[in-house]
Amino acid sequence: MIEVRSVRKHFAGVRALDGVSLSLHAGEVHALVGENGAGKSTLIKIITGVYRPDVGDLRYQGEPVAFASPRDAQAAGISTIYQEVNLVPLRSVAANLFLGREPVNRLGLIDYRRMHRAAREILARYGITVDVRGRLGELGLGVQQMIAVARALSTDARVVIMDEPTSSLEPREVDLLLGVVAMLREQQVAVLYVTHKLDEVFRACDRVTVLRDGRVAHSGPVAGTTRLRLVATMLGRDIDEVRRHGATTFGDEQRDVTGTPLLHAERLTRRPLLDEVSVDVHAGEVVGLAGLLGSGRTETAKAVFGADPVDAGSVKVGGRRARRWSPAAAIRAGLGMVPEDRKAEGLIGDLSVRDNIVLAALPRLTVAGFLSERRQAALVDTFVRRLQIKISHPGQKVRELSGGNQQKVLLARMLCLHPKVLILDEPTRGIDVGAKAEIQALIDELAEQGLGVLLISSELEEVVEGADRVLVLRDGAVVGTFRGDEVSEDRIMRTIARAAEEDDD
Amino acid sequence: MTMVAARAEVSTRELRWRPDRAGAPIVLALVLIGGSLVFGDSFASGQNLGNIALDSSYLLLIATGMTFVIISGGIDLSVGSLLALAGVLTAYGAQWGSAVAVALPLVVCAVFGLVNGLLIGRAKIAPFIVTLAALLFARGCAFAVSSEGNTVHIIPADLLLTRLGQAGWLGLHAPVWIALAAFGLGWLLLNRTRFGQAVFAIGGSQEATELMGLPVARVRTLVYVLSAVLTGVAGVLIAAQTSSGLPTIGEGRELEAIAAVVIGGTLLTGGAGSLSGTLAGVLLLKVIQNLINQVGTLTSYYQQVVSGTFLIVVVLVQSRLARRRRR
Amino acid sequence: MTDLRTALPPRTEMVAFLQVAGVYLAIAALLAFNLVFTPNFATVTNLRLQLVQVAPVAIVAIGMALVIATEGIDLSVGATMAITAALLPLYLGYGVGVAIVIALAAGLLVGLVNGTLIAFAGMQPIIATLGLLVAGRGLALVFADGRLTEIFDPTLDTLGNASVLGVPISVLLALAITVAAGVAVHRTAFGRRLLATGGNRAAATLAGLPVKRTLVTVYVLSGLLAATAGLLTTARQGASDPSFVGLLIELSAITAVVVGGTPLSGGRVRILGTLMGALLMQLITATVIQQNLPDSAARMIQAGIIVAAVYVQRGRGAA
Repeated sequence: MIEVRSVRKHFAGVRALDGVSLSLHAGEVHALVGENGAGKSTLIKIITGVYRPDVGDLRYQGEPVAFASPRDAQAAGISTIYQEVNLVPLRSVAANLFLGREPVNRLGLIDYRRMHRAAREILARYGITVDVRGRLGELGLGVQQMIAVARALSTDARVVIMDEPTSSLEPREVDLLLGVVAMLREQQVAVLYVTHKLDEVFRACDRVTVLRDGRVAHSGPVAGTTRLRLVATMLGRDIDEVRRHGATTFGDEQRDVTGTPLLHAERLTRRPLLDEVSVDVHAGEVVGLAGLLGSGRTETAKAVFGADPVDAGSVKVGGRRARRWSPAAAIRAGLGMVPEDRKAEGLIGDLSVRDNIVLAALPRLTVAGFLSERRQAALVDTFVRRLQIKISHPGQKVRELSGGNQQKVLLARMLCLHPKVLILDEPTRGIDVGAKAEIQALIDELAEQGLGVLLISSELEEVVEGADRVLVLRDGAVVGTFRGDEVSEDRIMRTIARAAEEDDD
Repeated sequence: MTMVAARAEVSTRELRWRPDRAGAPIVLALVLIGGSLVFGDSFASGQNLGNIALDSSYLLLIATGMTFVIISGGIDLSVGSLLALAGVLTAYGAQWGSAVAVALPLVVCAVFGLVNGLLIGRAKIAPFIVTLAALLFARGCAFAVSSEGNTVHIIPADLLLTRLGQAGWLGLHAPVWIALAAFGLGWLLLNRTRFGQAVFAIGGSQEATELMGLPVARVRTLVYVLSAVLTGVAGVLIAAQTSSGLPTIGEGRELEAIAAVVIGGTLLTGGAGSLSGTLAGVLLLKVIQNLINQVGTLTSYYQQVVSGTFLIVVVLVQSRLARRRRR
Repeated sequence: MTDLRTALPPRTEMVAFLQVAGVYLAIAALLAFNLVFTPNFATVTNLRLQLVQVAPVAIVAIGMALVIATEGIDLSVGATMAITAALLPLYLGYGVGVAIVIALAAGLLVGLVNGTLIAFAGMQPIIATLGLLVAGRGLALVFADGRLTEIFDPTLDTLGNASVLGVPISVLLALAITVAAGVAVHRTAFGRRLLATGGNRAAATLAGLPVKRTLVTVYVLSGLLAATAGLLTTARQGASDPSFVGLLIELSAITAVVVGGTPLSGGRVRILGTLMGALLMQLITATVIQQNLPDSAARMIQAGIIVAAVYVQRGRGAA
């Protein structure tokens, strides 16, 4: 049905796709997996006409095509179901199904009776019985996804692209959705199923393609591979090489830590994302959180830091529990966090490097409300030097810096508070090799000095080599803990894969 | 599978009772009953109610257009000035007869709406800014047409328009009937046409609506045209009623209209709302105004205090209810 | 990054230049025009009149600029001025100092209500302050019984009409407030919090900043400044006129802010630009009047300038 042939795509000098080929066939469910930044979304956007490939071409039903926009692709029969449901939550189920092509009577007025009946019939085909007059937003996300699929199919889609459709669904809803995917296969629709969840690949898909760093790392029938092999390919590790040393700059020595933990988070629960996650971090200890995307890594960090509300659970820092937990309270208690999404949650792009660094430390830098230029300059100077932040001058706008230097600015913002425990969510994502090595060395150094670090990374080697203890998360729960010599990529991957298998019931 | 379906069924059934929507009509009913009980015939007389209806009709026309704009996620600050401009143009055009007196203001208003709409829908400038500029520009035009307010154009009393504007059927003035007709057509347009569905969808999620292949820019543009034209109709009617066009009228009308729409349960964030709520909101504002005038000891200024407070309370209650439902 | 910036096409540089300097250029052009073509423009009397007229708008606009920097808006400023005007004559009997304090306290209270509704109840700024616009003006009229009251008070008269070294007190006050606001934005922790809150609320919260308190403070400041403007206007007119004082000033203030180069999207603020924006609008009106052009022309030109200013700034968010 659709064929992508040796496509290359660059963005401002960064290679997003490098000679990727992929073909989708009618009646086949094709899984596309890979960690963040592997090029999955770029590939989808090329298929749906958001981007044009620099090199290579796209064929649809044997003919070369170039879609100008998603609307074009849609008109040609290629529908996309996005991760965030792209429907209008405030409108009724039926209105969403028929938006833009509502059945009308001779006067041009909408025939609601006909529309509701048709909506019920369409949904009944997928085993969904909901009140089609009710607001879409009142339904569970799973049902919403299903309705998005139904809308796509009722517009005669021949190709359906599903971008992590189950990332926010509950298990029951996942079952329902996978049932619909099976129906699509029977109806000879070609499905591209993008996911991070291995069990879904094995339950619902016929073929699987693994992207890694913009290249196809593996492509073949699902039946011919194993979970462990897929995990290894996704993370860019050869199973046999796993025990050899990686390329990180973390030191080898093992730190032994005992005593009361600096950070003690207990049974943090936030349905359906977190399920009784407990984390301890001791002084001088680096605790790694491993797991695939969507396993609850970031959610754990945010819950610990008070940035997201929790249904249950408690956080103690230095043995004490604050009454009202918020980021401000967490910072006062001695926590620091560098968030995953630098742009959306970390940087204030309009402010200068200096202003961004001192932001959280403002109360310490003021004399009667006025900012002390001298103290600010001294502080900024110290950290710019210590972290080797490359800037032209402290007044430079932070948005002009490279990713690595931006990340160092955020690290400096937290370090100048002298925290007891630092939470680092993907501290080296999307930054160049040099800065990456510097940040990894810094984490080591900080731990030597007695700081507790909670390290989250989708790069297994970073967790394995940087952390003294690793918690493995899956579906919002801790499914394994390794310490000291037990920590190995092999074990972690097995735990992720095995846990997925065991939970299939 | 059945589990999910059953749960979904339960959660949508709660939608049937919508306290955030029913608020304005219920309060309106209570105020009407209370007013009749306390003031008796001086309030509940045919003449007084007729006056309330006439007073409401202009606001209803403006608020009907404003409802479309707000549901689409925008705002139209220019209506107060456009009202004055339409009135002045009606009186100015009356020298060439009724047809010109009606057509001229409506066409000019449509052009204003179109420019607003294009700047918002196509050039993607914030509605607040665009219509703020239109507010200034239209008021300037109104003054320009009436020689800086020195000339008051008078509509001849024998003109068909004047007689029509001051006529009445079944005890209600002509503007009331026209406003009700426009409201009815507006209701059909909003609730029973694809255009109306698109207005709701754009306000709910512009991005999703675009991805579903709807002509977002066109619908956003037309919404401002509609608002401007309905305001033009109100301006024509006021001019016909008063036989003249004054460039000073309508200041603050945009805020009154926005208040009526929001009190009627339409979300200022767009995507949800109803014209029946707007009708209730309009009547509520005008009935409260009338009631406060009935109380001899209260000055009419209390009407503003009550309206403003009411606006805040209604929105607070709505957002609380919405938040609870989202849980 | 620097490579990219030097590679920008000239047109973009032109737009960038206009974004920064547009308002100053426009003022310079209008001044030059008037110096050449308007008789009696460069007289002390005329210049003083222009400045006195613009002072209240400038003061309100400074408060508005701070609010807009947090991605908010304050429509209630005109109503606040009316409340101030209405309260003044009521409390003059207790002494002019008491009356002034009460009038300012009323402005503070309006701001506190606005801020609380917005920061803690999560209301949209436009709705919360619209409610106070409507209710506030009504309240002012209730206080004053809808009447214009003449005020004979030497202190207020001095405040409104006297000059120091030839510069009217209200103008000095406006300048002082501008300087204070500039210092607050650039030199205090509060200013930093303000810009951080408007620039990226999620990041500000994660950095542990008191975002809600900052929002409340900003609306309180806006209320206080509006009250000050109401005080000055009333003092200058020698009469409390709650029906008309500050009517539609919210629109003039927003215009001044926007024309001065502060984007409505928050996170950035130009205090001096705001002052200049107010001045530009005043100059347009003055030019139009002194050239014997109709008053309506002034409004139309102002409308054009608003759209042009925002259109020029539009590309900025994406850049």
